[in-house]
Amino acid sequence: MEHYLSLLVKSIFVENMALAFFLGMCTFLAVSKKVDTAIGLGIAVTVVQTITVPINNLVFQHLLKPDALAWLGVTGTDLTFIGLICYIGLIAAMVQVLEMVLDRFVPALYNSLGIFLPLITVNCAILGGSLFMVERDYNFAESVVFGFGSGLGWALALVALAGIREKMKYADVPPGLRGLGITFMITGLMAMAFMAFSGIQL
Amino acid sequence: MMKPLRDLLDKLHPHFTEGGRLERLYPLYEALDTFTYTPGEVTGGAPHVRDAMDLKRVMITVVLALLPCFFMAMWNTGFQANSAYALGGGALEGGRAELLQLFGYGADPDSLFDNLLLGASWFVPVYLVTNIVGGMWEALFCIVRKHELNEGFLVTGSLFPLICPPTIPLWQVALGISFGVVIGKEIFGGTGKNFLNPALTGRAFLFFAYPAQISGDRVWTAVDGLSSATPLAVAAEGGQQAVVAAISWFDGFFGTIPGSMGETSALACLFGAAVLILSGIGSWRIMFSGLGGVIFFSTLFMLIGSETNPMFSLAPHWHLVLGGLAFGLVFMATDPVSGAMTEEGQYIYGFLIGTMCILIRVVNPAFPEGVMLAILFGNVFAPLIDQLVLKHHIKRRLRHVEG
Repeated sequence: MEHYLSLLVKSIFVENMALAFFLGMCTFLAVSKKVDTAIGLGIAVTVVQTITVPINNLVFQHLLKPDALAWLGVTGTDLTFIGLICYIGLIAAMVQVLEMVLDRFVPALYNSLGIFLPLITVNCAILGGSLFMVERDYNFAESVVFGFGSGLGWALALVALAGIREKMKYADVPPGLRGLGITFMITGLMAMAFMAFSGIQL
Repeated sequence: MMKPLRDLLDKLHPHFTEGGRLERLYPLYEALDTFTYTPGEVTGGAPHVRDAMDLKRVMITVVLALLPCFFMAMWNTGFQANSAYALGGGALEGGRAELLQLFGYGADPDSLFDNLLLGASWFVPVYLVTNIVGGMWEALFCIVRKHELNEGFLVTGSLFPLICPPTIPLWQVALGISFGVVIGKEIFGGTGKNFLNPALTGRAFLFFAYPAQISGDRVWTAVDGLSSATPLAVAAEGGQQAVVAAISWFDGFFGTIPGSMGETSALACLFGAAVLILSGIGSWRIMFSGLGGVIFFSTLFMLIGSETNPMFSLAPHWHLVLGGLAFGLVFMATDPVSGAMTEEGQYIYGFLIGTMCILIRVVNPAFPEGVMLAILFGNVFAPLIDQLVLKHHIKRRLRHVEG
């Protein structure tokens, strides 16, 4: 139990997807203008991440890994070379399903997320989560915890950035820096504050 | 007596107004004028707030509240160095020694004058560099972007040298304050528009850019090559026992311990806290909830205990007097610009800072001190906390309206 708890804390704070690895930056910068939308996207990413990482884990552990097909009686296989396309395909499928669910039940959120919902498919934080899972050879339970934690960590950073950007309405940024420029600066400064967690050994 | 100055300012005034020769330098003129005299202008549009407490008074009060810390910064820096000389038998050498001997420096750790003199010789250069370099950036941005030069920088310029170790190289001071002022504040539009505390931003930048030179055991006492661990570093090694063996609690409280120049004395910070709370500038909510977070979590860690991490054993009353906790909670966390604004938000924000500080100190072996990063972390989440609190209020009121 303690192991899973420390994995959770680690994936949320210490190895924050957005502010320690700078993954998923396009969505991070684009959909952080309003707190409400950011919360919606944050939840969407967390959900997608919590589903896709474990599913990809199953695919990896039982189909792709060297000798993973032993349960079929086939040995000596190594399908890791098609890993990338499998993971991204599964992610795309999951996002499609989520899109239909949101459209049906939460149309307001569906509309406010707009193009960025299908773009979760190519959000590198999502694919990054699956690839980290492969690299670190997580088992199924670990991948559930890691998927949820990394999604939540990314969402937390996104919502915090949205809060700051809403406050930025009162700022008087030099013309050349307005928009994305200052957002990059803010992201960098936030990452500095998140350095508080770097070095924690769990 | 002040008449000639007023006359001079009035005589110069036309040059700086529109069409004058020095029109571009108006912010500098305006700064000098309003620094010395109450501004003649009144607010143009409604609403009018009638209060003597304008931005200038606020900032000056903070600087006044910092005075005991300045005093302790100089005295303690000198005291630490003089004590080290008295113990180790060495003596101050070189140009600094010759200069100080002109003033009658005697290297006696019991002499108030000797301590202050030696401390000043370390602190004043840092202070001057901070204010000259930082002030230059500030003036540059004011002139180019045509906003007012104001006393906001006086506070940043006073806080920053106080959180530097005494032996910090002056070029690093210049670099740090440049980063703090430009990236931490001016690119957002100046005073009141930034989201991180500028002094802390500069300090954190230095901390990560030059980790070997700004932390460790050799930087805290202004004697060449002398290794003197801060009590927090001692605690990280040996827990409470080691700290108790090294210093008494009152040493920490009065601030006669190695550390960043202005942060060691909890007593001086208490004085500052009293001034800030009585004048209504610093939020007592942030200070008290921060205190609550610290006490709660350090007690919790103490009760849990740990075999491998001696830091768990440090008691709450020790946490409060060691390192920069008191200084940070009083002067940095309460920054009205980068802190939370709503009342409930301030409780959450303060508690978050207290919690994070203890977490970093105890759980994170990479940093012995956690206040700086804890406050920056709090700054990052302050706007979000405010937003959520406001939303909660709106929801509650809506319920009343709808019955």
